[in-house]
Amino acid sequence: MSASKRHLGARPAHLPAARRRAQGQPIGPPARSADLPPDARNIIEFRNVCMHYPTGDIGLDGATFNVRQGEFVFMVGSTGSGKSTIMNLLIMERTATAGTIRVAGRPLETMERTKVPYYRRNIGVVFQDFKLLPNRTVHDNIAYALSATGATRKEIRAKVPDVLRLTGLSTKLHNYPDQLSGGEKQRVSVARAFVNHPPLLLADEPTGNLDPHTSLGIMQLLYRIYRTGTTVLVATHDSHMVDRMRRRVIELQGGRIIRDEASGLYAQREQTTDEFGDLLDNAYHDLGRE
Amino acid sequence: MRFTFFLREATRSLRRNAVPSFAAMASVLVTMLTLGVFIPMVQATTGAANEVRGKVLVDVFLNANATDAAVERVRKTLTQDTKYVGNVTYVSKAEAYAREKKKNPEAYQLLGNSNPLPDTFRVSPDQPGNVGKLRDELAPVTPSGERAAIDPAIDEVKNRRDETTKILSATRVVKLSMAFLALLLVLASVLLISNTIRLSLFARRREVEVMKLVGATDWFIRWPFVIEGIIVGAMGGVMAIVLLLVGKVAFIDPLKQDFSLIAAPETLNFGVLIAVLLFASVAVSAAGSGLSLRRFLRV
Repeated sequence: MSASKRHLGARPAHLPAARRRAQGQPIGPPARSADLPPDARNIIEFRNVCMHYPTGDIGLDGATFNVRQGEFVFMVGSTGSGKSTIMNLLIMERTATAGTIRVAGRPLETMERTKVPYYRRNIGVVFQDFKLLPNRTVHDNIAYALSATGATRKEIRAKVPDVLRLTGLSTKLHNYPDQLSGGEKQRVSVARAFVNHPPLLLADEPTGNLDPHTSLGIMQLLYRIYRTGTTVLVATHDSHMVDRMRRRVIELQGGRIIRDEASGLYAQREQTTDEFGDLLDNAYHDLGRE
Repeated sequence: MRFTFFLREATRSLRRNAVPSFAAMASVLVTMLTLGVFIPMVQATTGAANEVRGKVLVDVFLNANATDAAVERVRKTLTQDTKYVGNVTYVSKAEAYAREKKKNPEAYQLLGNSNPLPDTFRVSPDQPGNVGKLRDELAPVTPSGERAAIDPAIDEVKNRRDETTKILSATRVVKLSMAFLALLLVLASVLLISNTIRLSLFARRREVEVMKLVGATDWFIRWPFVIEGIIVGAMGGVMAIVLLLVGKVAFIDPLKQDFSLIAAPETLNFGVLIAVLLFASVAVSAAGSGLSLRRFLRV
């Protein structure tokens, strides 16, 4: 049994047949298991999840939401609102202090430590700071992710050029990360995250370090990946991008979910110039009083 | 494929992290060199101490008029019925006379043909520390406070008290201090090597973090580090052995004829020493790499 089947369960039937065939999975009704939740289309389920850090800080405070297979979701909110905590919980860098998290029907809190690497192979992760291996070429950075899953050299030779073509990096094959621009580094990071064709892709501030033009390119790339049937969850501050794409938006504040819209904007209502002016005035007066 | 992959990864990281790898190798080299000199030194010293301890004896003097039958009876008692006995040597009156005369011919010339020396059994204890007990066995202390021999043919049992106590305490101090030094050195070596490895791993903790995040298992990450440790340890060990060999051929071997301590038979065979050092360097280095990685694997 492949790792993806073992950890993310049977794939829902509405996935594009071509993609399922590409992953070597049988096309037909998915096998139902007794422990699957009633709605197997949820790839992510958070139920009253709390994350209280030992320092006393609150990462999440009773967060409840679902993400369905094949959705593109933005998570927005100010710094410290809990977006990165959700990402960390999903890649099992941390464990929730209360509540239940299920990924493809599997509760994460009961997962053994030895099973975590196999679980992570089914999740692609893109970080704001790229997290590339500095002493490996673009090709080797991507090949390493495949090697870690036990891929043979033949598979690596077949898959890496494909994903490099998808991300537009075919000419940068032998470059080291420090020879690439920020946008190119992020493309390598996306390529590495997607090379195993994971059913779920998480991106934590993927455009945080990039200029608007490059950001657009990265978002287009993520959207293209989403169009192949991959569920994409993006935590971002990029209001311009969120407003342009009009996808589902989950807004967090102080660890709580305060908004969940199927086709939302970055902010519920844009701040007017007058309101912004008032804010500046208040700040100026506060400074004068000190 | 896996092993070649791990080997490739290990050699790649050795090339890429040449300076920390060199530092780790140098610390293995220095440690093994020190151990290589110290192990034979400890052995020679404890060997010499043991040899001195072997000289601890109990002399059993028989009566001047002891018959051959009495001598045989005492011999039987010593070899079969007495505890703590190691070795028994019989020195007859005539032998003792000849030996002493050779040592001091002038004094014995005055004595003429008379022989004042008694028949003697020189008894070594099974362990040097048991010399007192052996004496108590042969001549137990009576309620009156004097010693009475277990056989009427025995005149006196002596253990050269002062000499024995000195030998035992001096050699004990030598052995204990050597053991303490050896322990200290081994501890320092392990700490030095593991610290150097830790430093080189600390520089690569980001790399390990990324490996974990793409779904590499702990052992998939660990193997290249362990193989790297084996290579570094083996290189350091081999260089230390070559230097030791040069030192042995150039300095120690020519001195062998002049110093009995260097030629002491208890000293470890050089081949065995090489094997021990090589194994220790590889094992400490590989285990150091594998174990030091543990804290970086908790991602």
